[in-house]
Amino acid sequence: MDGFTTQELMAILAMQGFAGVSFFSVLLLMALGLAIIYGQMRVINMAHGEFMVMGAYATYLCSITLGQFPGMTDYYLFLALPIAFASAFAMGYLVEWVLIRHLYHRPLDTLLATWGLALIMQQGFRSIFGAREVSVTVPGWLRGSYQPTMMIDIPLNGIAILVLTLFVTLGVWWLLFRSRWGLRVRCTTANREMSGAIGINTKRVDRMTFALGCGIAGIAGAAFTTISSTGPTSGSLYIVDTFLVVVFGGAGSLLGTIASAFSIAQAQSVMEFFMGGSMAKVLTLLTVIAILLMRPEGLVASKVRR
Amino acid sequence: MLDVSNLQVSYGQSQVIHNMSFTMGKEESLAVMGRNGMGKTTLFKALIGILPSEGKLMLNGQDISGMSSHQRVAAGLAYVPQGRMIFSNLSVQENIEAGLETARAKKVPSEIFDLFPVLHDMRHRKGGNLSGGQQQQLAIARALVSEPKVLLLDEPTEGIQPSIIKEIAATLNEIRAMKKIAILVSEQVLSFTMEMADRLAVIEKGSIVHEERRETADQAKIASFLAV
Repeated sequence: MDGFTTQELMAILAMQGFAGVSFFSVLLLMALGLAIIYGQMRVINMAHGEFMVMGAYATYLCSITLGQFPGMTDYYLFLALPIAFASAFAMGYLVEWVLIRHLYHRPLDTLLATWGLALIMQQGFRSIFGAREVSVTVPGWLRGSYQPTMMIDIPLNGIAILVLTLFVTLGVWWLLFRSRWGLRVRCTTANREMSGAIGINTKRVDRMTFALGCGIAGIAGAAFTTISSTGPTSGSLYIVDTFLVVVFGGAGSLLGTIASAFSIAQAQSVMEFFMGGSMAKVLTLLTVIAILLMRPEGLVASKVRR
Repeated sequence: MLDVSNLQVSYGQSQVIHNMSFTMGKEESLAVMGRNGMGKTTLFKALIGILPSEGKLMLNGQDISGMSSHQRVAAGLAYVPQGRMIFSNLSVQENIEAGLETARAKKVPSEIFDLFPVLHDMRHRKGGNLSGGQQQQLAIARALVSEPKVLLLDEPTEGIQPSIIKEIAATLNEIRAMKKIAILVSEQVLSFTMEMADRLAVIEKGSIVHEERRETADQAKIASFLAV
């Protein structure tokens, strides 16, 4: 590379790589919810980004409410995270009950209905919070950066989001593979009819799964506020990448979703520096399409007799 | 125990089960026999609630006609479908645990592994990696842990080696005696039903056309119904 010393190039790669890790964190938090919902119900939730924005606005409200109390600015995030989750979870639960459950087995109608829901939610955010983007007061302990060498700066908020993502991913793994609820989800995903015929209330599983997927998007929203400002349409910026992650990873596969989010985020982040944002996106998309042509089932597929 | 009155099942405008009625007593074993396409699987799917039906279903005095599948399982029906339909991506242990949904027990009772020792040895293996016979045992174990009053078995010998068929019949007799449950089984293998059924009924084009007790069964006549 012209104009850069090897040392500078290594530092740039390390920092871009870490920027990619922050992007990976938000993308994974978004994709986890979407993968669970799509994996189980085959519902393409076009409003998933808006549930993220809902979590972001919940965090914003916590920030301005608790920020009025001295000393709380540094700690409001610990309350905001569960509130962001709970508000998106409750909204998801309601949406499944009012809208989604009537549209199972009609994927195109679900697509249209959730897209309409996304527009309604965007307008709702606009009416309540205004069209301008809002920002939270980032807690003091999340400002600044960690400098492992003189040339490398790693922002603390990026590290915090990564830790949060790790905890949420472990939580989702535990729920899916170690809890009774997870067993119900995996059964329903594998064979809905048969799950009912062994006593599983699949409708209740659907509602809880949809709500949980939305709740995780709410957590993504809370994390998002620490790296960017929030507007009514912020969710739409992430939704395409999130779908890409879910499809590329192999729908319904947790490991695939993680691998997919990491590779897409890293590829985009590193390439962005050398060829600009648009070109990086185009190249990532072309690579994903090429891989999907060779592996239509995505990165991770099951290997058992059916 | 199980009373089926005027059961009707249709696929669109085509009626497949026509006003079918039969009863099963406590701990009784009834075999529904018939060729392919006569309505056996449709009957079983309607009984467990996978397919919508008309008519009245009473289980132990409780009307289960309007119930969904999971409610019927909670009421005391258990279903082993044709082709087993085990969850191939789940381990053997998880497959059995999935059947505990409506049971009082929260852990797999040890008697299940006493009945099917091979499942204990393979409990960490994925269900999809088991042989056909092992999958059949797994499907029966999954149904049994729900503590049913009536076990519905749809063609349990399909795709199973002839040498194992006799073993399955013996196991079902053991289960019936141990658990004190009724068994409704659909079959095409007459020798199997003669080993384990108290009564034999023949289904033709969605109606029961012949019925008799095992002790007095005219095997030649039943075989003529099963001949293609």
